[in-house]
Amino acid sequence: MSAEPRAIVVDRVSKQFRLPHERVHTLKERALHPFRQPSYDALAALQDVSFDVRRGEFFGIVGRNGSGKSTLLKCLAGIYRVDHGNIYVDGRMSTFIELGVGFNPDLPARDNVMINATMLGLSPREARRRFDRILDFAELHDFVDLKLKNYSSGMMVRLAFSVAIQVDAEILLIDEVLAVGDASFQQKCFDEFARIRKSAATVLLVTHDMASVERFCDRAMLLEHGWLVDIGDTDRVGTKYLELNFSAQARAAEAEAAQAVTPAPAEAADDEEAQPEERVIEPEQPQPERMRFGNGKAEMIDGWFEDASGRTEMLRAGEPCTFCVRARFHEQVENPLLGVSIYNAIDDCVLGFNNRQLGPAGVFEPGEELVFRVEFDNVLVPGRYDVSPAIAHDGGGFHWIDFRKRWVSVVVTGTGGLTGALVEMPFDMSLQRLSAAGARPVRSA
Amino acid sequence: MSLTQEVVPAGTRVRGPTALGDDPRRLLRLTWTLATTDFKLRFFGSALGYLWQLMRPLMLFGILYVVFTQFLDFAGPERFFGVSLLLGIVLYNFFSESTGGAVKSILNREQLVRKIDFPRLAVPLSTVLQALFNLGLNLVPVLIFLIAQGGRPRLSWLALPVLVLVLATMGLGLAMLLSSLYVRYRDIEPIWDVVLQALFYATPILYTAEYVKMKAGESAVQLLLLLNPFAAIVQESKHVLIDPTHPSTTSFFGSPALVFLPLASIVAIFAIGYVVFAREAPRIAEDL
Repeated sequence: MSAEPRAIVVDRVSKQFRLPHERVHTLKERALHPFRQPSYDALAALQDVSFDVRRGEFFGIVGRNGSGKSTLLKCLAGIYRVDHGNIYVDGRMSTFIELGVGFNPDLPARDNVMINATMLGLSPREARRRFDRILDFAELHDFVDLKLKNYSSGMMVRLAFSVAIQVDAEILLIDEVLAVGDASFQQKCFDEFARIRKSAATVLLVTHDMASVERFCDRAMLLEHGWLVDIGDTDRVGTKYLELNFSAQARAAEAEAAQAVTPAPAEAADDEEAQPEERVIEPEQPQPERMRFGNGKAEMIDGWFEDASGRTEMLRAGEPCTFCVRARFHEQVENPLLGVSIYNAIDDCVLGFNNRQLGPAGVFEPGEELVFRVEFDNVLVPGRYDVSPAIAHDGGGFHWIDFRKRWVSVVVTGTGGLTGALVEMPFDMSLQRLSAAGARPVRSA
Repeated sequence: MSLTQEVVPAGTRVRGPTALGDDPRRLLRLTWTLATTDFKLRFFGSALGYLWQLMRPLMLFGILYVVFTQFLDFAGPERFFGVSLLLGIVLYNFFSESTGGAVKSILNREQLVRKIDFPRLAVPLSTVLQALFNLGLNLVPVLIFLIAQGGRPRLSWLALPVLVLVLATMGLGLAMLLSSLYVRYRDIEPIWDVVLQALFYATPILYTAEYVKMKAGESAVQLLLLLNPFAAIVQESKHVLIDPTHPSTTSFFGSPALVFLPLASIVAIFAIGYVVFAREAPRIAEDL
């Protein structure tokens, strides 16, 4: 641990929200049923969370929607009162939970800056003193007397961000406001964050974007269902977060598929129940189109990945893995061609395999089943992949028997991907210095 | 490595939102900002901003004045019936703005309440403050009418600010109570509308206290002024501002000590309002 004093201490904090089943909305109802205890669901948004942040640290809090990260930030900001535990803060705090709090569209920018600055805790005198700096930063000097309703949304955000950044807080709580304004202003914000990072200020950044965490943060922590899952090195937390994210996504996709085939009872909805806070529906991941072609003479019934420990939806980069397909034949098929293509998130076909090199596969009778396996060292860089396996008649052109596009999803985790390449092969590299004067061959003793 | 075993740092504990906050100056600054902003908006919003603010009580006054002097002949023995009617309306206007306006105030400030930590009391307080601004404006025509009709400045005018302060205290007490209850019970709004209507007629605004005494007897007017602190304040305001021919509130009571009863109920209203508001304040952001 560094020797810096602690700026924020969160000590075993828990926070529950009560979601009443039937809300007593009126005095009348209350008067008619004075002794009815309103029943409610307790929703644990934070559960026994403890951590501390050193002064000058840039600390990231990541988690999926509903993991409790925004609740935590609101507890830190003093907007919510915690149920158990304590939070200690050492230093002046500024919250970027929402930009432009108190902005009024009918007033000119001048007034709005003053109002917003007062809301954020400045005294009128401090606000006046910073007024020019705020407008300089926002580059809106020419529009100071323009009513806010005539501002473009980009200008509005610039103004709001500028006020917030000029509060000169020692501790900044930032809730996903990095993506504001146009590209050049965004760059300015990033520069500003970099400057803040260099100054003594402590920053807490709440986000679900791992990239900004890795870009800015010294340390990070991961929340899930209100529990602290991991805290520490951003790389490690980032990897965990991705795993969490994609495994949940894979589960959801599976549940969806299961429901599509047989209208099964809604078991799959189980883990949705613990969704805290605003009951956010997971942001729509662009669903890859799942297409299927073929004449139906054979049918692929199952497709999956295996690693050393068996069937999996997640692969470690660099380790051996196997893709397997089980297929059943409904009619007689002679010498089927079995193929597998693996696509990355931006739809590049990264890897492809087929059985042509094995020679003719033979004749399969109706009712016969087949499992084919492709074993390979996982050269895929970390990310999400879709696999499209196919069975086809071997011959000129494509005669699909069964082709299932983007049938199986898999997530690759690991630390690679820095080269920007689509795949990363194991390799040996050597350095040999040649003919420099006085150089000795590099050889360890 | 448990945190609890380490020494708690020198920082301050985050307690979550409260009614008053830690820094009274912040409460005052915020209250002032909220009130002046809304006040400005009213005037910038329309070309006749200031005029509209004056028009509301004046229009009501005009109608009532014509009806009651020309058709009903309500005017009692007191001088300046018209101005005293206007004063009553202006005070009632203040009371209904500060309480009725406060009912939905927290909901209207949802953006603030849910996004920043600030002393929650600033919300109802700013509503009352804004109503005070309006009262100040509306008292101008009252004074103009009074002087135009032959009233002359008297030393007793100085008592009016005190009465207004007492009235504002009562208004703030109710504003705190209503605004925090409205978060839970949405039918507070229509209920309070009816109460305000009733209060208008249960106060010597249209009629005079003397008239009640004449028609219903001494005890009726005593009961009215004892049970309705707003009526007591209005009657006393007429006495100190308009003309001594409007009897003071105490003159209706058998013993001057009885004046403490309306005062006590105002203190009680304020105390209840504050206690309820302070109890609700920490969790208002979640319950919205």
